[in-house]
Amino acid sequence: MFVLEARELTKHFGGLKALEAVSFKVKEGAIHSIIGPNGAGKTTLFNCLTGVTRPTRGSIHFSGQEISRLQPHEVAELGIARTFQNIRLFPEMTVMENVMVAQHTRTKYGLLSAVLRGSSFMSKERAVREKGFEYLELMGLEDHAEALAGNLPYGSQRRLEIARALATEPKIILLDEPTAGMNPMETLEVMDLIRKVKGLGKTVILIEHDMKLVMGISEWILVLDHGVGIAEGSPEEVRNDPLVIEAYLGRETTH
Amino acid sequence: MKGVVQDQARSSRKSIAQRARESAGRSVMLRSFFIAAWAALLFLPFHGIRSALVLFAGIFAGLPVMQSAMRLGGPGEWMQRLPGFRAFTLRSFPFLRTSALPVFLLALFVLPFTLKDYYLDVLVMSGIYMLLALGLNVIVGFTGLLNLGFAAFYAIGAYTYALLNTKFGLGFWPSLPLSAVAATLSGLLLAVPALRLRGDYLAIVTLGFGEILRIVLNNWDSLTNGPNGISGIAPPFLFGISLGSLNFYYYLVLGLVLLSVLIIRRVKSSRVGRAWIAIRENEIAASSVGVNVTRYKLYAFAFGTFWAGIAGALFAAKMRFVSPESFTFMESVFILSMVILGGIGNIYGALAGAFILVLLPEALRDVQMYRMLLLGAGLVLLMIFRPQGILGGRKGVRIRG
Amino acid sequence: MLLQQLINGLTLGGVYAIIALGYTMVYGILELINFAHGEIYMLGAYLGIIFLGIFTSLGLTAANFPLALLLTVLMTVLFCSAYGFTMEKVAYKPLRNAPRLSPLISAIGVSIFLQNYVMLTQGATDKVFPYRYGETHIRFLSVDLTALQAAIIITSALLMTGLHLFQKTRMGKAMRATAQDKTMAALVGINVDTIISMTFIIGAGLAAVAGIMVASYYGIVNYSIGYMAGIKAFTAAVLGGIGSIPGAMLGGILLGLIESIGAAYISSEYKDVYAFIVLLIILLIRPSGILGGYSEEKV
Ligand SMILES: Nc1ncnc2c1ncn2[C@@H]1O[C@H](COP(=O)(O)OP(=O)(O)OP(=O)(O)O)[C@@H](O)[C@H]1O
Ligand SMILES: [Mg+2]
Repeated sequence: MFVLEARELTKHFGGLKALEAVSFKVKEGAIHSIIGPNGAGKTTLFNCLTGVTRPTRGSIHFSGQEISRLQPHEVAELGIARTFQNIRLFPEMTVMENVMVAQHTRTKYGLLSAVLRGSSFMSKERAVREKGFEYLELMGLEDHAEALAGNLPYGSQRRLEIARALATEPKIILLDEPTAGMNPMETLEVMDLIRKVKGLGKTVILIEHDMKLVMGISEWILVLDHGVGIAEGSPEEVRNDPLVIEAYLGRETTH
Repeated sequence: MKGVVQDQARSSRKSIAQRARESAGRSVMLRSFFIAAWAALLFLPFHGIRSALVLFAGIFAGLPVMQSAMRLGGPGEWMQRLPGFRAFTLRSFPFLRTSALPVFLLALFVLPFTLKDYYLDVLVMSGIYMLLALGLNVIVGFTGLLNLGFAAFYAIGAYTYALLNTKFGLGFWPSLPLSAVAATLSGLLLAVPALRLRGDYLAIVTLGFGEILRIVLNNWDSLTNGPNGISGIAPPFLFGISLGSLNFYYYLVLGLVLLSVLIIRRVKSSRVGRAWIAIRENEIAASSVGVNVTRYKLYAFAFGTFWAGIAGALFAAKMRFVSPESFTFMESVFILSMVILGGIGNIYGALAGAFILVLLPEALRDVQMYRMLLLGAGLVLLMIFRPQGILGGRKGVRIRG
Repeated sequence: MLLQQLINGLTLGGVYAIIALGYTMVYGILELINFAHGEIYMLGAYLGIIFLGIFTSLGLTAANFPLALLLTVLMTVLFCSAYGFTMEKVAYKPLRNAPRLSPLISAIGVSIFLQNYVMLTQGATDKVFPYRYGETHIRFLSVDLTALQAAIIITSALLMTGLHLFQKTRMGKAMRATAQDKTMAALVGINVDTIISMTFIIGAGLAAVAGIMVASYYGIVNYSIGYMAGIKAFTAAVLGGIGSIPGAMLGGILLGLIESIGAAYISSEYKDVYAFIVLLIILLIRPSGILGGYSEEKV
């Protein structure tokens, strides 16, 4: 039922407490959201979950395994994929190549078969390409398969990040502000795409600034503020939580 | 706008455009004067007053001309305006494309019958450098790891054959793979600890490794004969016949270059090559999609240094002599320049870079003396105006960290 | 014997430290390994010979040696600073937003260019420093050192102190602010370009003094001395923690000591290897150096 569980997750950068004893459980096949003001520790949480940074304390359990000490590639291989808030594509590779690299752990062959190009190699490569194309289609990028990723327009780059994460064939996909910098139209499109991703049977964790958007799409929400989980629960519960209202209203007035 | 109109009204004699032109002309003059004076001053201590004055005059007169040329675009754009410069990819060489490929290869095969020994010798050397550049390109170009000590692996290949041959009488053919393996293993030996480092630190560590190796080769007299080097290395034999002729080396080097291009091409467009390039493009993203970054950097080091080992054995066999002098830091920079000149990350760029940098000094005998001076200035200019090299590799040298 | 080596090491180390300061200041601000910094030191050594030669031919050296030496140092520092300033403007400034390895490769290009320029104009053979001075021996606590060695140690110490004091000035503070965060520094009104130029000017001036000191100490110079000295000074900077000025001083002195003790007690043939081995070990064990801090990359 729960695919991922974090217990007392803590991350300090020197004196700065980016995360302080955050615990939560993630339900299989549902869309979860993490919200909170700037600098609340949302991205840091993702970094801990994916092995990009090592938590100072606490543990993360995923499919019966403690993963907080694993390397990012090991976490990816186990089935957690992510996108990045500040886009991190492979800009001088083609769009297709971007989703092909992502299948790295799902196709195994060595240097020798790459050089000899036997029939098993060829069929594996063909499969990688076809799968890649499917993910591009899903994100509406199939027409740009041969373009350089760095040359894509901004919105498409964000969608390519999602396609690339999907191509790693994850159980859980973490999306760090996938609509950042998008106009309302594009944002709605991405929200539809996220529902599609859920439809593939994936568990989604979404970081989003916009409360309204989050309320509509998520089944469960975690609110972070200054590294502390101040509320969690269904959208209803979170919406009415006085602490959340204060954190958000407090933030709204500073703008 | 209003001010401009008033201004215009006030000046009855000169139009604004004319005045603007004049003042621009004056400021160009002034700028040229200062730049020329500054340059002359910098050259003064090493050249004396007379040369400094000549330099001053030259720059003062030349700069405005150059500037007006540049007004057609910065030098980078300007270079790209040269016919065909921008679209200088493999497609610009129709003779290398599928239909013409057999003809081109045939031409390569009959070349020895038409060329003088001297030219053949230059071609053999450029072939050896092509192998080196191809190998370094895997490390620097594909994976984005700057290696400033690549000559060390070349040296290990060369000394492996030299020692196996002169001390144990082992022939060229069994030594060739052993040289490659020795270079690969030393590449791994260095890479295992060094790869944790940030890009520019890694560069310095590889440089340090190259220097240590050279100093050891220079001082370990009992094994390497120190600075005097090892001579009397045997050429390859086949069925008891010596294959020491230039023609043979030409075909051997040609075969190995073609083979390495084929292999490296195939590896590049496989999951291994994609993983390398992903690391170069964005290391964190690469690891987040499942690439074991450390392991694939190791592969790149091993695979790249492998070709240096092969090139080293070839060099030792061809020269029949090796000494530490051939494997200095400058040699490493020379190989790196080939990769950069050709277009970092571009296989054919590495070939072109090696070809050009070996041939050019030979062709321009008169400037032989200035070879390294020009190489140094060339590196700076290339980085500023065309970081992607002549064949247009990547836009620049991106690294992690 | 050991004490004697310590003095030799301290002399050498003082010079390394002075050169290392230039590396560390530039790295602190631009995150660039200014590969050509060693060549400025080499140019300094040559300029010392050239200017002292000029003053000798003018009869000044014979009439008043200290004045001639002072003027030589002054001219050399001025010219080297000009070289450092120009180097940054020509070879590094256009690459400030380029990928990180581009300026490093450009720096290697500058280094090769300067080496070969000096080789072509001054010859490939060793050049002799035209005037020997400071050869009187001083006995100090049972060690024997020349007046020149003492002068080098004292000059190095003075320059380091000077730089330390400079850091407390307005310009020095602006420099440190720029090293910490260029964008923020620009926001609070610091002219980052000026600061970067100043960094190169000061670093080159220090290297120039180091060049003259070494040229007088060994009596000969060669166009290739900059490369090795540069690598060693860079090692010193990394040893102490690159970007840290006290670190560069500490690292320089430590490296000088390691080298002279290694040469005396292990093998002098491998004298140049020690620096590299120290560099490798430091980078592998503690890349941030002795005094360097540690920071995690932001994602
Ligand atoms: N590598 C790092 N080193 C030091 N401090 C860091 C590092 N990464 C993040 N921080 C700090 O940790 C805090 C939380 O950052 P984080 O990026 O997780 O916030 P966030 O919730 O994602 O904010 P935003 O909405 O702006 O993306 C911030 O104060 C940030 O400056
Ligand atoms: Mg964030």
